[in-house]
Amino acid sequence: MSELSELAQKLLGDGSVKVVIGYEEGPRGVRPVFVTDPAQAGKLIFDTRCVQNLAAYLNPRRQHVTKLGKAAVVVKGCDARAVAGLIRECQFKRDDVVIIAVRCGGVVRDPAKSPELSIETVADRCAGCEVREPKLFDHLIGTLPPRPPQSSQREDKIAELVAMTPAERWAFWSDHFERCIRCNACREVCPMCFCVQCTADKSRPQWIESSPTPQGNRAWQIMRILHQAGRCVDCLECERACPADIPLGLIAKYVAQAVERRFDYKTCDDPLIPAPMGSFSTDDEQEFIQ
Amino acid sequence: MPDNSDTAPGSSLTSPSSPGAEKKKDEILPLKSPAAAETLALDEAVAGWAANFGSKPYGFEPKVLAFICNWCTYTGADLAGTSRLKMAPNVRILRLPCSSRVSPLFVIKAFERGADGVIVSGCHPGDCHYSTGNYYTRRRLAMLHELLNFMGIDTHRVTFSWVSASEGGKWQQVVNDTVARVRQLGPLQSQQSNATGRYLP
Repeated sequence: MSELSELAQKLLGDGSVKVVIGYEEGPRGVRPVFVTDPAQAGKLIFDTRCVQNLAAYLNPRRQHVTKLGKAAVVVKGCDARAVAGLIRECQFKRDDVVIIAVRCGGVVRDPAKSPELSIETVADRCAGCEVREPKLFDHLIGTLPPRPPQSSQREDKIAELVAMTPAERWAFWSDHFERCIRCNACREVCPMCFCVQCTADKSRPQWIESSPTPQGNRAWQIMRILHQAGRCVDCLECERACPADIPLGLIAKYVAQAVERRFDYKTCDDPLIPAPMGSFSTDDEQEFIQ
Repeated sequence: MPDNSDTAPGSSLTSPSSPGAEKKKDEILPLKSPAAAETLALDEAVAGWAANFGSKPYGFEPKVLAFICNWCTYTGADLAGTSRLKMAPNVRILRLPCSSRVSPLFVIKAFERGADGVIVSGCHPGDCHYSTGNYYTRRRLAMLHELLNFMGIDTHRVTFSWVSASEGGKWQQVVNDTVARVRQLGPLQSQQSNATGRYLP
C-alpha cells in the first residue's frame, strides 16, 4: 500500500477527516475520487497523469462536496496555491481543510494518455515550476523528483501577440471566440471562480449575453479574466477543460505578467499575503492615466 | 453678420441666445444652429469646427460616455461649463458617487451598446472623498487597460484621468482630446467589422 493510501486510511480511520479528495485510476485515465471509507483508501494513486486541480472541490459553492464533511485534499505545488488563494479570500479557514501535499516533478497534458513525461507531453503549467515541494501542507509525502522538461511556448506566443496591431489581435481572438459554445467549463473547473452567483448568470441587468454570440463570448472572457486578475493560480485547468481549444492560458498568463509587473505580486501558496486587487499601494504605476 | 468663427456649433446647445439666433426672423426656434442661417456662416463654422476638432461636421460623430465621480470630476466639469469653455458636445456624462463605483463591466457594456469611446475620471490619488476609493480604481483600471489592449480593443478609445474640482480646463482638454482621438479612429463597430465581420465585444 502506498504512502498516500496509508495516510488517507489513517486520517479517515481516526475520524480527523470525513472525506479524502484524491485521484484514482478510471476507465479513461486518472480521475478525481472522493474516498469516505477507510477500506477504499487503497484506490488512491498519484503519478504524472494526476493533472486535475482538486482545490476546485473545496469551493464552498460545491455543496455536494461540503456536505460530506471535513475534507482532506491531495495537492501538487501548483494546486496548493489555489488552496492558499481560497483561504486568502476567506472562502474557508485554514483549519477547515487537511492538505496532503505531494512532491511533484511535472504532469502530462492529457490524463487519459501515457504517464511518460517528455517535451511533447508535459503540461504547459509545468514550465518554470518553482513549487515542486509545496510550502502549505499538513502532510508532505513522496520524494522530490527531478525538474520537469521545459516546453511552454506561451511566453513567445504572448510576445508575438503584443507585437501585433489592435486590429490583428482583435481578429486573432475573434477567430478563437467564434468557436466558444458557452458551456462554462472554464468557470466550473476553475478553483478560484467561487462566487455564489456569477455575474454572467445575472439577468437584471444582464451584464453578459448568455447565449454564444461573438459579443457575449468576448465580454465573458474579458470579465472572467478580470475577476481572475491576481487570483489566477495559473493551473491552466480552463484551457484543458475547454472543448473548443481556446488558448485561455495566454490571457491568464498575460494578466499574471501584468499583475506581477504592476503590483509586484506573484501567485504563491502563502495565504497571509493580501490579494492584489483587494489592496493597493499609493505608488502604483499610472502611466495610462491622463 | 455676426462672427461665428469663434463659436463652436456645439456651444449653441448650451447658449441658446447666441448672436446668430438674434438675426433670425423665426424667434420661436432659438436653438437652431446659428450657422444654418447663412451659407457663409456655415462655411465659417465648418472651418472653425475643423480647426477645433480636426474633422468635418455632419459626418461621423463619435459617441463618448463618461463615468465620472461626483466629488471632483463632476464639479470640475461643472466649472468648465460655467466658465463657458469650448468642448466637443459628444460626451454624455454619467455621474457616480466615486470612481471606484466604476466596474470594468461598465466600460465593456458601454462599448457593447454603441459607445465609440469611454472616459473614466475621478479625484486625484490622495484626494478621494472616501479616502482610498480611487486607489482601488487605479488597480482595477490598470488591469482593464491591459486586458482591453490584449483583446484587441484600441486603448485610444478609453481615457482614464484624474480631474479635480478646480480643473475645468483639464476636463475640457480630456473631452476634446478623447473626442478628437475617437473621431480619428472612426466608429467602433465599422472598424471592428472591417477586421472580422463582427461587432464588439
